Amino acid sequence: MIGRLLPVIIFLALGILLAVGLKIADHKTEIPSPLIGKQMPEFTLPVLGQPEVMVAHDELIGTPFLLNVWASWCVTCRVEHPVIEELAKSGLIRVVGLNYRDEEADAQAWLARFGNPYELNIADISGRTAIDFGVYAAPESFLVDPNGTIVFKQIGAVTPEIIKEEIVPRVMEWRRAP
Amino acid sequence: MKNCFLTLVLAVLAFSATAADPLVFTDPAMEERYNDLTAELRCAVCQNQSLADSDAELAQDLRKEIYDMMMAGQDNEQIKTFLVDRYGDFVLYRPAMEGNTLALWLMPGVLLGIGAIAVFFTVRNRNRRLATERQKGSS
Repeated sequence: MIGRLLPVIIFLALGILLAVGLKIADHKTEIPSPLIGKQMPEFTLPVLGQPEVMVAHDELIGTPFLLNVWASWCVTCRVEHPVIEELAKSGLIRVVGLNYRDEEADAQAWLARFGNPYELNIADISGRTAIDFGVYAAPESFLVDPNGTIVFKQIGAVTPEIIKEEIVPRVMEWRRAP
Repeated sequence: MKNCFLTLVLAVLAFSATAADPLVFTDPAMEERYNDLTAELRCAVCQNQSLADSDAELAQDLRKEIYDMMMAGQDNEQIKTFLVDRYGDFVLYRPAMEGNTLALWLMPGVLLGIGAIAVFFTVRNRNRRLATERQKGSS
């Protein structure tokens, strides 16, 4: 009896395994960040276009912000751009740009062409700070709370759904309990 | 013709020189350690390649970072911790044995065990069947 059922059982088990595999396949390129819940990495980097002006990580702490990692060579950043612009315009949260492994002239041209939604743009030309943030592709975005803790990371473009589901509820909570 | 060939060889050499990492090792043991280490670390960008194999810019940056850390006297564990702190267990081809990786480590043994049991019973059943058939044949 068992002998006859065995192929069916194996078939069903394999089916379940493959179904689960398919279900998680959509997200399999997204690596969960070990930085969630940790303090934002330390850095001191120049402002894009103003190499003499340096910004340190602790100067950003105080009010929550979204750190958006972007580059002029990044195609998805272009797709994401209107969403980031909309978010910055809404005044919900500060949007800080981290210009990643870019050429300054290209980055400036990109901002001139598509618009500059960023309150501040930090230039990480070498990509060394991005390594500390665990960045492996652009765009990536980090939601940083008022204490400088990373509470959420979006790998790939920020979408209106992500803003609604991940960013708005957290910002509202911070506003209620400052 | 000879000149043409020489130019070609030089061009290929020049190209391969720019494609390779400009990382210089004076100590062969150090170089071997570097090669072993980057081969067992996974590239986060091209996820089916090791850091040693990947041509992604991030992989190049990380190889340079690993090289610098080695030159600064850091050991393999420190370098792995550096990467895991930033990119998670994902970068390790041989992740540590922990609660969430236990299934990964034990599964091959469990599957082998199931296979061994299956083979045992199959063989025993067949032997019994053959024995009964032989008895029937002799009687």
